[in-house]
Amino acid sequence: MIRSDVLKTLIPLISDELVVTNIGLPSQEMHLLDDQPTNFYMLGTMGLASSIGLGLAMAQPKKVIAIDGDGSVLMNLGTLPTIANNQVPNFILLIIDNGSYGSTGDQTTYAGMRTSLADVARACGCDHVVECAAEDTAAAVKDALAAEQTTVIVSKCESGNIKVPVIELDPVMIKERFMASVAG
Amino acid sequence: MSVNDVIMDAMIENKVGFVTTVPCKQLAGVIEKIEQSDAMIHVPSNREDEGMGLCAGAFMGGRRPAIIMQNTAIGVTINALATLIQYYRIPLPMLISYRGEIGEPVACQVEMAVHTKALLDRMAIPTYHFHEEEDADELPAILNHAYMARKPVAVLMDAAFWKGY
Ligand SMILES: Cc1ncc(C[n+]2csc(CCOP(=O)(O)OP(=O)(O)O)c2C)c(N)n1
Ligand SMILES: [Mg+2]
Repeated sequence: MIRSDVLKTLIPLISDELVVTNIGLPSQEMHLLDDQPTNFYMLGTMGLASSIGLGLAMAQPKKVIAIDGDGSVLMNLGTLPTIANNQVPNFILLIIDNGSYGSTGDQTTYAGMRTSLADVARACGCDHVVECAAEDTAAAVKDALAAEQTTVIVSKCESGNIKVPVIELDPVMIKERFMASVAG
Repeated sequence: MSVNDVIMDAMIENKVGFVTTVPCKQLAGVIEKIEQSDAMIHVPSNREDEGMGLCAGAFMGGRRPAIIMQNTAIGVTINALATLIQYYRIPLPMLISYRGEIGEPVACQVEMAVHTKALLDRMAIPTYHFHEEEDADELPAILNHAYMARKPVAVLMDAAFWKGY
């Protein structure tokens, strides 16, 4: 399974939840597969999906799922200690770990080599870390949504991309409709 | 009243509800007050661009954010400012210790000080420079301005303002 296959399995679970999606193909695939006002698409700013998700979860009580990439978590590795030391009951970080910088042509990341992001998250102090195979991701997300705790899920999937159009939505429009969903 | 209390009062008056910080010696007093305050969530961040991500999320969650950092952080936050804070129009007061100005004992700090205003100017970020203690009287209006305009706004507070470094 590649990233878009994993996202497809998640849609029935997360369609109505607040979701922050990472720069590049993760956002574009979510936009193509299931565009929702409850999706906050990052159009740039590699690395900050988990930080945006955590800030949002800390500011209000609804569940928040940040769908991040292995390369982006590696770029903002400081996010894991921040998540570990500010555990809230409503935050899920789902790292789609395809072992590559998928959006830029599948160059291998260090997570695709010797580095285990699940081990890094545990070492940073995250209490609930789940590493799963791509096909078990939906079950892991379902469990995390039912639990009242910060959960970090590392979904190990294959590298590969489908053809998707870029997102043409205006960023302020993405933000405004997302904020209306948060408040509603 | 100490400048730290003036800064705290301005934030409380403006209903700032989420603050992220990376320390500077000059900011130690105000960070301590933020940590003790029940009026706002305080999340220390490991790097200032991470902090801007936290602030963007907190804003969309209904809280007025602010970031407290040193001017040496301007370099690592340019991308976050351009592609997140400015692109999505998120208000963000940045309360910045302006290291490397007159009275600075650490020569290396001058190296970013000489670029600080130029970078903020290049980013078209409204910038206010506090030099005298009384300059802080304008802080409540500056915070209000940032939230009204939905823009990042920089407040540079130099060594003379802090009465030392
Ligand atoms: C600061 C910065 N450096 C590089 C890029 C180019 N870039 C965009 S997406 C991406 C790869 C992200 O990889 P990952 O987080 O693993 O997500 P994936 O595409 O594999 O799902 C890169 C390197 C960028 N947008 N910003
Ligand atoms: Mg990847």
